[in-house]
Amino acid sequence: MLDTALWVSLTLIVLAMAMNVYRLAIGPDVPDRLLALDTLYVNSIALIVLLGLWLNTKTYFEAAILIAMLGFVGTMAICRYLLRGDIIE
Amino acid sequence: MTFFVITEGLISLLLVAGGIFAFTGSLGMLKLKDFFMRLHGPTKGTTLGIGCILIASMLYFTVTQRTFHVQELLITLFLFISAPVTGHMLAKTGLHMHLRFITGTRGSVPELRDEDVGQSRVARPARAKHPWHTRKAKKRSRFKQRETA
Repeated sequence: MLDTALWVSLTLIVLAMAMNVYRLAIGPDVPDRLLALDTLYVNSIALIVLLGLWLNTKTYFEAAILIAMLGFVGTMAICRYLLRGDIIE
Repeated sequence: MTFFVITEGLISLLLVAGGIFAFTGSLGMLKLKDFFMRLHGPTKGTTLGIGCILIASMLYFTVTQRTFHVQELLITLFLFISAPVTGHMLAKTGLHMHLRFITGTRGSVPELRDEDVGQSRVARPARAKHPWHTRKAKKRSRFKQRETA
């Protein structure tokens, strides 16, 4: 049962990431692409967690924490740049 | 034995629910019409899906390794705190850049009504214009009239 659920979840997450990449490519404005990138890193965290479940190790969770924090900081920096024209005033 | 079967079912349910939520969020981001609609999918659906998957992982490692794991709860908390902040900043960026939005909705919020705008310096979204109402189209039509006259 767990194997089947893992397969279903992996398929859905990979499809979601494919849709994010498509929106990242066609997004008409800059905030659209930024939103697509933000969703892409969130989905990549899910993919890393599912890889940890698949291989039955806890090695990759530090990578997940790192991606979460740096992705948040990166999105904030680009938002500040688009809003103010400068990141740190 | 029954405990393990129930836990496995719960973990499987959480995994599938998380996958469906993340998929729905990304589908909303792909299919909706303008930026302010597209913002709704990832900020709610994807965050909930990630929370479901991380809690499933936490349950799995807690049951199999017989020790309580909090790292996944840490990621979940951080994502649940950071997602609304990201959504707010992205909405502010969209308002600041005067992105177009579709006008199919009846009734407008007070901030977007014409009589409340006045001389305020507050950043507000650009009105979505039909192609025959833009200044260029008017110029073009005037030009055409002059040409025919």
